Amino acid sequence: MTRLRRAALVGNPNAGKSALFNALTGARQKIANYPGVTVERKAGRLVLPSGEPVELIDLPGSYSFDTASPDEEVTRKVVMGDFPGEAKPDALVVVLDAANLEQHLVFAQEVIELGVPTVVALNMIDLAERDGLVLDPDALAQALGVPVIPTVAVRRRGLEELIAAIGTAETLAAARDHDAPRPHITLPERRLTASNIAKGAILSESAEHRIHAGLDKILLHPWFGPLILLAVLFVIFQAVFAWATPFADALDAGAGALSGLVVSNFPEGFLRDLVTEGIIAGVGSVVVFLPQIVILFAFILLMEATGYMARAAFVMDRLMASVGLSGKSFIPLLSSFACAIPGIMATRSIADPKDRLTTILVAPLMTCSARLPVYGIIIAAVIPNTRLAPFVGLQGVVLFALYIAGIVGAMVVALVLRSSVTKGAASGFIMELPRYQMPILKDLLIGLWQRAWVFLRRAGTIIFAATVILWLLLTFPKADPGESQVDASFAGQIANAMHPVFEPIGFNREMTLALVPAMAAREVAVSSLATTYAVDSEDEDKTLAALQGKITAMWSLPTALAFLAWFVFAPQCISTIAVARRETNGWKWPAFMVGYLFALAYVFAGLTYWAAVALGL
Amino acid sequence: MTLETLPIGQRARIVAVDWERIAPEDGKRLRALGIDEGARIAIAHRGVLGGRDPIALMIGRMTVALRRAHAEAMTVEHL
Repeated sequence: MTRLRRAALVGNPNAGKSALFNALTGARQKIANYPGVTVERKAGRLVLPSGEPVELIDLPGSYSFDTASPDEEVTRKVVMGDFPGEAKPDALVVVLDAANLEQHLVFAQEVIELGVPTVVALNMIDLAERDGLVLDPDALAQALGVPVIPTVAVRRRGLEELIAAIGTAETLAAARDHDAPRPHITLPERRLTASNIAKGAILSESAEHRIHAGLDKILLHPWFGPLILLAVLFVIFQAVFAWATPFADALDAGAGALSGLVVSNFPEGFLRDLVTEGIIAGVGSVVVFLPQIVILFAFILLMEATGYMARAAFVMDRLMASVGLSGKSFIPLLSSFACAIPGIMATRSIADPKDRLTTILVAPLMTCSARLPVYGIIIAAVIPNTRLAPFVGLQGVVLFALYIAGIVGAMVVALVLRSSVTKGAASGFIMELPRYQMPILKDLLIGLWQRAWVFLRRAGTIIFAATVILWLLLTFPKADPGESQVDASFAGQIANAMHPVFEPIGFNREMTLALVPAMAAREVAVSSLATTYAVDSEDEDKTLAALQGKITAMWSLPTALAFLAWFVFAPQCISTIAVARRETNGWKWPAFMVGYLFALAYVFAGLTYWAAVALGL
Repeated sequence: MTLETLPIGQRARIVAVDWERIAPEDGKRLRALGIDEGARIAIAHRGVLGGRDPIALMIGRMTVALRRAHAEAMTVEHL
């Protein structure tokens, strides 16, 4: 045992690979990116009965090694040992959906033919049984020539047996290695074999599953389907705004208490001001939005886990087709509501290159969670909290309208791009609609934790650094008595220099100042406003509630609305630009993206401001 | 008749596919999903908001979404 042995999970999409991976490795996973591409590399550890640890990697779902999309390409290269920097796995675990054998056995044969020691996990066997299928794993093992272990990842059924089989896979394969080299088999032959093997392994089969078809009848209904999707999206956005409030208030009160604690325990001076005005006011004002981000991600993960996400793509296909995209673009775009980075990465499942590029270019127009802090504070400050109907508040409606503005913007931009810079034949839409499933709480929690951690890490690094730098720029040089500190500071001077550009669209100096660090991460706009107003204020109240009060008192309604409009189109954060560069292999498209977003943001903030002033708001 | 005109719920077999009319990448994807000559299929759903696009096709125990343009290239016979 000189080195860590490695095994990889492969299989069709929707075979329950990720659930099995979570069950085998627990929550202790390492998520990184494959070098050069942005497909996630998920790795974890399992321990063999002998006590030997094995590194398990979860590869992107694949229908074939004859690859169509970039993430399938990663699977093919890793399995074949062609991926630079990734050693060829010692063993492969092919994950099959027990209820979909005929289909999944096609790719399974292709994997087994590689001659790498292989174990088959006959997954979701409980769902197959629920569907009235009785299977014979032994017959399947005999036909495939590799061990077959029935598993139910959710209930941890068959996991020990599977781990034991991974441990012995190599010895078994070594004993079998005298086999003659395998002949090349064509796809139709493989399909025929798959069908025959599946027939041989199915002991009995009853009528098709009714829940599945019944749900599809409603959710894919030509008229009810879109209405239901709209209702689902509306509930999500109301929930993001309403449910998060108590948690956000608690976090904000915590930040205030922490600030008070520092004030009463440390002597007055530079360090105390840095901690209370800079760090706690800045970072705290962003961390407060963690509950909203968690709720939004919870809904997205839930839609994926239940199988509804693919139905949403189906329902959206026609609309997306009208702007030259397909329903497949809906999933990356919906993820972009949480963050454009996973959204842009999710475009890898789109096979058509022009479709994919268009989706990448419009993804930043979807209102990402980093914009929520900005929307949240300004809506709370300037929009009255009126009830329009039970459970429907004016603030929630305004938030919904901002999201709609982003979506409509993306649609129009996509249409323009598809008939100009990304012109080409209309793309197709081919997508498996997975069976409905009860979501697994543990998998949801693991996913949520990973997303929340990414957000907190940003708060602790980029936002922390931006806040401290901004505070220093605001604090020096010191103002003369009688002069405002913000006016005298470096930051104030920078803002004064930029201000003529932004004054026509109604931005005040504090807003102009906030735009600069907001390029690092959009939510920093809030923390910089908090820091700016905190530096300028005499009292010690640095909480979000105090910032909200300041905005209510100092911003006119047209100014606040212009700021909201700016952030609908705002040039995206540096991380998004970086991921767009990596995904498009160059600076050309990211530069184009930044340019058009900046222009749109300026024009629409201006239009909003002038219109609001003209209306006398 | 083509798959495009097949009534919802009618079981059928694909007897011919005009691959020339389907983009190469799409063709690859359809074949990988088993949608090819000889496949036994039925249409589960068709259209959104009054249109005839997209189509939800049942093949084996799987449901696959595809476009009308794909379905027009496939000749089917009733089972």
